[in-house]
Amino acid sequence: METIIRNSGKTQVFREKANKVMGISLEDARLTKSYLSVAFLAILLGGMLGLLQGLNRAGMLELPVWLNYYQVLTAHGLLLVVVLSAFFTIGYFYAGLSHTLGGLLPKVRKMAWIGFWMKIFGFVLAVIPILMNEASVMYTFYPPMAASPIFYIGLVFIVLGVWMCAFGAFINVASWRKRNPGQHIPILSFFATGVFVLLFFGSLPVAIEVFTIIPWAFGWVETINVMVARTLFWAFGHTLVNIWYLTAVSAWYVIVPKIIGGRRWSDLLTRIVVIALVMMNITGGFHHQIIDPGISEPVKYMHVFMSLAIGFPSLMTAYAMFAVFERTARKKGGRGLVGWYKKLPWGDVRFLAPFIAMAAFIPAGAGGIVQSTNQLNQVVHNTMWIVGHFHLTLGMSVVMTFFGISYWLVPYVSKRVLTPQINKLGVIQTIIWTIGMVIMSGAMHWVGLLGSPRRTSYSTYFDNATALSWDPYLFFLAIGGTLLMIGVLIQVYAVFYLMFFAPKGNTEFPVAEVEEDAAPTPRWTERWGLWIVCMLVLVGMAYVIPLVDFIVNAPPGSPPYKTW
Amino acid sequence: MMHRSEKIWLTLSFGMIIGFMLITGYQTFALEMGPPSHGERIDPQKVDETAPFDQPGIKQIGENEYEVVMTLQVFSFTPSEIEVPAGSTVHFTLTSKDVVHGFQVADTNLNAMVVPGYVQKITQKFDKPGEYLVLCNEYCGAGHQMMSTTITVK
Repeated sequence: METIIRNSGKTQVFREKANKVMGISLEDARLTKSYLSVAFLAILLGGMLGLLQGLNRAGMLELPVWLNYYQVLTAHGLLLVVVLSAFFTIGYFYAGLSHTLGGLLPKVRKMAWIGFWMKIFGFVLAVIPILMNEASVMYTFYPPMAASPIFYIGLVFIVLGVWMCAFGAFINVASWRKRNPGQHIPILSFFATGVFVLLFFGSLPVAIEVFTIIPWAFGWVETINVMVARTLFWAFGHTLVNIWYLTAVSAWYVIVPKIIGGRRWSDLLTRIVVIALVMMNITGGFHHQIIDPGISEPVKYMHVFMSLAIGFPSLMTAYAMFAVFERTARKKGGRGLVGWYKKLPWGDVRFLAPFIAMAAFIPAGAGGIVQSTNQLNQVVHNTMWIVGHFHLTLGMSVVMTFFGISYWLVPYVSKRVLTPQINKLGVIQTIIWTIGMVIMSGAMHWVGLLGSPRRTSYSTYFDNATALSWDPYLFFLAIGGTLLMIGVLIQVYAVFYLMFFAPKGNTEFPVAEVEEDAAPTPRWTERWGLWIVCMLVLVGMAYVIPLVDFIVNAPPGSPPYKTW
Repeated sequence: MMHRSEKIWLTLSFGMIIGFMLITGYQTFALEMGPPSHGERIDPQKVDETAPFDQPGIKQIGENEYEVVMTLQVFSFTPSEIEVPAGSTVHFTLTSKDVVHGFQVADTNLNAMVVPGYVQKITQKFDKPGEYLVLCNEYCGAGHQMMSTTITVK
């Protein structure tokens, strides 16, 4: 028995070394390629639908009856918010797990495949009623609007598929820890652990919500508790947002320093940021309900604090990133107070895209802090400002980081190389995307402040003067949207070119090392059980009081409505 | 372990968040500028039979002070086309007869979610004369983009 264990241990060590030298195994590569392909097809489709909306909001395009604005918007949200983000995150982190943990365990790979097909199946189920105009309920599907039950069953499969991947990741990390006692989880896998912990715990509330909706949508139960459903949704909805953000942050801390030829920021502080983001995230969801009835002002005030607290680790990140840039640039001979920036590789898309993504997070994060604050939220809630905000955070900070990752991750898993031409194309794409997003998101912020609502097809409100005065701003949505569509086409071309046609060769998985004189990271950072307990305590503090109040003092429930 | 400049940066960051909280707290609890948070419940299927929504409308309750009892339903506001004199303070009492709606008045800070089963309250002083656009800012169905009315301040 002992020899067998020792032998299997040796095989594992051998596999880990082989993995580092020879690159990712074909089976692990196929998994990530499949996930990335779905992600970029989703952005192609979702981008086209986005352009349709931009043109409609600008008053330039009336959508046909068989594909109305709200169908398009529901599909756009689902494709980009759920499909793109989930498939990219899982594809990227599974490649990271494979690279840093010495390959995926066969059973974990199988779980990821089962998860893949469950999500695809769930997505197809959800899309059919959307196309049939039986589920124009937006990606938030607030009851008592009721979609076809098939839509919700589709969502269940998507969640189950995500859980498969989360548990797969936990099993792989646990197995590595057992084989490497006393060692720290490699940093990228540490981020992956945090992301999958959040994916699992964050999607629990929405799973509960959907399980209460299904019998109601079928008509087996007459009414539903609207506020409970809404609250459970946002416990998930905002966590999801932060999951992609944490994914992007992992690349900022771990990948980008390597690409610019530098070293990582303090390992301990990096891990503290991950732990803090994991613990504090789920509680942030409540700021979506700041102007809801039925929640008292003291509870809302506590939630403002819980939401703003998430800003702190992000501000730690802001410092860390610029410190790494400066340190690296100075080592290369950069001089002056800010003159060192010339030494950064601006012509390298793998740096340029995530750099602009980070820079975009400065106004995006500031806007986030401002709009989470009680009274200021009241000014912008459900206006176009919010749409501008999440196109800045997700469309720029997160998605541009994903784009930057794709220029090395796709060649890495395809055993090909990034050519200078595609790098140049990537730089052009980054510039087009930046201009498009700045124009669109800027106009959205502004017109939102003036009062233009989100999730509303083009309307002059019976030629109301105020509504008509928004039109010039809304026109920029069409200009920005068109540029973004060009950006999507270039990006999708680059991804599939790198996957199937680029010259063969070896591409490195760029994981930066810590500084040579770095102090060892304390062991306590590895206590994931404790972090999860802390997270659950915070979630309890945030949600027990309002949820119990909504349930115990519930008004009579609402029957299902189909209002479209 | 930490650089001095990082300590300064993080202290400022922490101070900024606390600053936001102090100002928000002061405005919410001392100046009563908190977000609309009314807690009263109502049977969403019996709105028409429940006071005060059995008689939606506008009522003067004091000098320059009005109460508007309003129901929101797909895709309209009842009552619609409200008129008040300039300088009036208007207290809105709102509920939904069907799905979730939003009550937003452009060029003011009036913005509240109106959820079936709950009574929502929000107050605004209208100083400047003009026609204010009232619109639903929560997607509520096929005619959501038509759900609007006006408040005229004379």
